[in-house]
Formats: sequence, C-alpha cells, structure tokens
Amino acid sequence: MAAAPESAGSGKGGSFLGWIDARFPLSKLWREQVSEYYAPKNFNFWYLFGVLSLVVFANQIITGIFLTMSYKPSAAEAFSSVEYIMRDLDWGWLIRYMHSTGASAFFIVIYLHMFRALLYGSHRKPRELLWIFGCVIYLMLMAEAFMGYVLPWGNMSFWGAQVIVSLFGSLPVIGGTLVEWIRGDYVIADPTLNRFFALHVAALPLALVFLVIAHLMALHEVGSNNPDGIEIKKHKDANGHPLDGIPFHPYYTVKDLVGVAGFLLIFCGVIFFAPTFGGLFLEAPNFEPANPLQTPPEISPVWYFTPFYAMLRAIPSFAGTQVWGVLVMGGAIVVLFFVPWLDRSPVRSIRYRGPIYKIALAIFAVSFIILGLCGMKPPAGIYPLLARICTGLYFAFFLLMPLYTKIDSVKPVPDRVTWHA
Amino acid sequence: MSDQVDYSRRRLLTAATVGTGLVGVAFVAVPFLASWEPSARAKALGAPVDVDASKLEPGQMLKVVWRGQPVFVVRRTKAITDHLADHDAMLADPQSDGSLQPAYIKSAGPARARNPEYWIGLAVCTHLGCSPLGAFEPNNSFQVAGTNLGENWPGGFYCPCHGSKYDLSGRVFKSMPAPRNLTVPSYAISADAHVVIGVDDASKTSA
Repeated sequence: MAAAPESAGSGKGGSFLGWIDARFPLSKLWREQVSEYYAPKNFNFWYLFGVLSLVVFANQIITGIFLTMSYKPSAAEAFSSVEYIMRDLDWGWLIRYMHSTGASAFFIVIYLHMFRALLYGSHRKPRELLWIFGCVIYLMLMAEAFMGYVLPWGNMSFWGAQVIVSLFGSLPVIGGTLVEWIRGDYVIADPTLNRFFALHVAALPLALVFLVIAHLMALHEVGSNNPDGIEIKKHKDANGHPLDGIPFHPYYTVKDLVGVAGFLLIFCGVIFFAPTFGGLFLEAPNFEPANPLQTPPEISPVWYFTPFYAMLRAIPSFAGTQVWGVLVMGGAIVVLFFVPWLDRSPVRSIRYRGPIYKIALAIFAVSFIILGLCGMKPPAGIYPLLARICTGLYFAFFLLMPLYTKIDSVKPVPDRVTWHA
Repeated sequence: MSDQVDYSRRRLLTAATVGTGLVGVAFVAVPFLASWEPSARAKALGAPVDVDASKLEPGQMLKVVWRGQPVFVVRRTKAITDHLADHDAMLADPQSDGSLQPAYIKSAGPARARNPEYWIGLAVCTHLGCSPLGAFEPNNSFQVAGTNLGENWPGGFYCPCHGSKYDLSGRVFKSMPAPRNLTVPSYAISADAHVVIGVDDASKTSA
C-alpha cells in the first residue's frame, strides 16, 4: 500500500492507463460495473427501457443546458424568450423540441420500465431498495416535469401551476401559509417562476443524478432480475461467474445500441413530424402568454399526469374540504413504495404465476390507461364515474395484492433460465 | 495518565457536538426558507383597488385585479336577484356558514352583497384556484361550450377546470369538487356604485 506511488507508472509497462489506475480506480470501475458485470443472458425487449431512460436523461440534460443559454426566467420575458428560441435562434426549435419531446419520452420509457418490474417481480427481495430508489426517481421526475412545464409561461403553464400549487393549500392548518411560501406571492407570479427555474435546472437534476447513481449501484450490488425471476448467482462456474450470466459489455452494450437506434428513429420522427403530438406533448393553450385573469376553457395537465389528475377530480369534497382528492392522488404514488412487501407470491415472474395475478395486472394496466384518458376529458358525462371506478381498481390492485398473490396458483420455477439460441 | 478510552464520555461529547451542529444548521436554514416568503415588494402590491361599477349594464361583468387575484364585479339583473333564494335546496352551503366573507356579507343572506344589484367576489375557485366562467343566463344549460350545466340552471359561474358550479352569489352547488362558496373580500360600495376592494369602509382610504 505504502509502495503504491513508487509502483505507479511502472505498472503495466508505464502505460498511461497504469499511471491513472495507480491514482484512480478507472479500470477497476470499468471491470466491476461494465465489462465484468454479469447480467442474465435471457433479457428480452422489456429490459431495454432502463438504458433508454438513461439516453433520454442525457438528452434532457444536454438540450436543457443549451435552452438555459437563451431562456429568461422572468414573468415579463419568459414567454417571448421561448418564442425567440423557436423562431430566431439558429436550430433553437430543434433543441426545444428535443427537450419537450424528451419529457414525454422520459415518461413513456419510465412507465414501461416500471411495468417490466411488475411483470417479472423485479421489486422483490433483495431488490426492494432498488425499487424504492426508482420510485423516488419517478417522484422527482414528476416534480421536474411539472416545473419545466411552468417555464414557458404560457396560459396552461400558469393555470397548471395554480392548480398544482393549490393542492398544498388543502392541507389542514398549514395549507394557506405553505402555498404562499411556495409561490412567494399571493398568486402564481414572477418569484414563483424564478424559483421553479432554479429548482428545474439546478436542484432537481442534481438530485436526479445522485439518485440514478444510487439506483445503478443498488442494481449492480444485487444483480439484475430476469424474465424468469430466478437468481442466476445460484449457479456459478469455476471463476465465480454466473453460468447464466454474460458480461454487460460487450454483449448488452451492443444489444442495447440496437434498441437505442430503434428508439431514436421513433423519437426523431416525433420531433420532426409531430412535435406537439396533437396537443398531447405540447398543449395548444400554452401557445398563449400566461393570463392571470383567464383560465383556459379546458384545463388538463400533460398526458403523463392525467391518470393522477383524474383521481384528484374523481373524489368529491366533503366535510368542507377537498383534501381527500389530494390524499388519494398522493396515496396513488405512496402505495408504489410498498409493492415489494404487498406482493406475497412465492414466485417473482408472471411466467410462473397463476391466472389471478395476470388478470389483476391486466385490469390495473387498463384502469391506468382509462384514468389517463379521463384526465384529458372535461369532467362531465360518463368520465367522472369512469374515473371513480378506475381509481378503485387502481387501489384494489395494490391493497388486495397480499390476498390474491397468496391464494394464486403457481407453476414450477426452473432451476436455470429458459433461453433459446 | 491512562490509555483507557472513556467511551461514555466520548459518546456524550460526540452527541453534544452533533447536537450543537444541528442547532447551527437549523439557524442557518432560517434565512434560506424565509427567502421564499412573499417579498416586501409583493406585500406592497396588496393595496386596495378602486372600481367604478356604475358603467356596467345589468347582466355585465368586470374582472379586476386585487392582490394579483382576479375579482368579479357583476351587475345582476332583477330577474336574478328576485330569485336568489329560490334554489337553496341545490346548494351545498346556502347560508355561507362554512365559507369566507366579511360578517356584513354573511348577514346579507342569499344576495351575499352590500348592494344586491352588484355582486363582488374572488374569481378564484375554492377547489384549486382556477378562474370560473360567467354563465349568467337562467335556464340556459348550454351557454358554456361543451358543457351541460343541468336543468333549472339559475344563472351563475362554472369552473372549467373540474366542473364546480356556483350560483350568481358565488354559492357552490351540492356534490361539487369545490368545498366552499366563492370568497368575498372586504369591500365598500357607495350609492353611485363606486367600489373599493380591500377595505370595509371607503372613508378610511386615501382613495
């Protein structure tokens, strides 16, 4: 140990890498995290979305930095600075559409990534903390997306912020003071925009970077789950490597590159041909400057929040407060954290579970999509009732999970991963 | 001197040091948290607002800004004011018991106004703060595009965000997302319909 400085530089024939390795564990990190990280060899399509979310995250960081260079975070200038980016700045439209489409793409890949965990039991012991880090990332991402949506200071930005910030006002006793503290004014105003900007470009991305690192460290500590939901570490070869594992690099880096290429093809298609995606990714009222006197005739959040927004609207106020809807909406996120302990099935993967879990997961997925559609529609006609039913089904999936996963039949789990060359 | 380590003494000193440090962190946090409060400039903008409502025709509405919030000033028609008490059964809080308003508004009954002809109230839905739309025509269920206001619509306000409905005194209907009637701010109104929002007695302002 004490001799390290002397041996430094002389190791590996005095190579540059040897010089670095004696001072920083570069090769060691590469080996441990990438080239000798053994992942199960039976990964399927569903295992792409982790890597894709990293790709989108990088896209958001890079395009975000460049947008910051031309954006002005003040109520007087924000809207026109975004128009300036779109019209006058060379390639500004591309950078902004990459960022706005990236926000929606982020939620698409994250939702599929989370669904993958529910399919194959990736949240089960010993991966509970991995799952919880993921839930915190999801929560942070929602805050990040919400504040980002406020920044263009369009009319939907303004009223969206008004509605979401008012949610905190329904909390008993502290509500009113808390809302004033968040806004920094009696209404959503310049100080609100300015602080959301600070959180959106500095505080939350920084927190997200740390959380993503923690998520990956937890993953590499326990090892990846796989579509069979069995531990590959049970069977190791003479060198101590899992028999059913292959090194992440080059096998999965190359495989994932194909997935990334496919993803970018679709992503670029949206950026070039449908950047607003028919009002789903960028809403029409947001092309009007914020008007504190005029709520848009139909207000709805961007699609990735609509399931939770539908739950909020589905719950009527009683006992003189609307806090119940807020609690239900918050509960819909909080309940995710408990899934590793709610699931009592002896097997992890849906491949070896009985019909009850398959039906429950299908009903859950359909309810979530219907909730999303209800959240986009005005709260009239059949939609409030539909939203109430689907809110019930959403919670039933989680709260009844300890029961139905216990009584559900299971198929025998194989000893080694099933895999076809 | 003994080379025995006194662990209980070490633990106490460590705990005391950590405790003192945490108190310091709490003190340092105060300025950062307080910097999020409305600034002196934002507070100064909360002054009373003058409105001349006499120029409104019956059935017309004006929105003014007070403390950055939109405020409705509506001149109600006689057809409306005569029947304000008729639909109490449809309302969640007809007497405004659980709602926010000055005492002189609550005692004014169904009109919720100092002068029944003019209704003044915050254009801020008590649900989540959207600005309701005017839907003043009685028995016209389809005056707001894409929405059925229901039979026997007495005239009032409709919030486009989550569908809350209020009557023309800002009283919320039953089973709506909004928990309370629209808030009525302090205001003074003179005989010639000159309104000062933000004070109870116009003579006490410089305006």
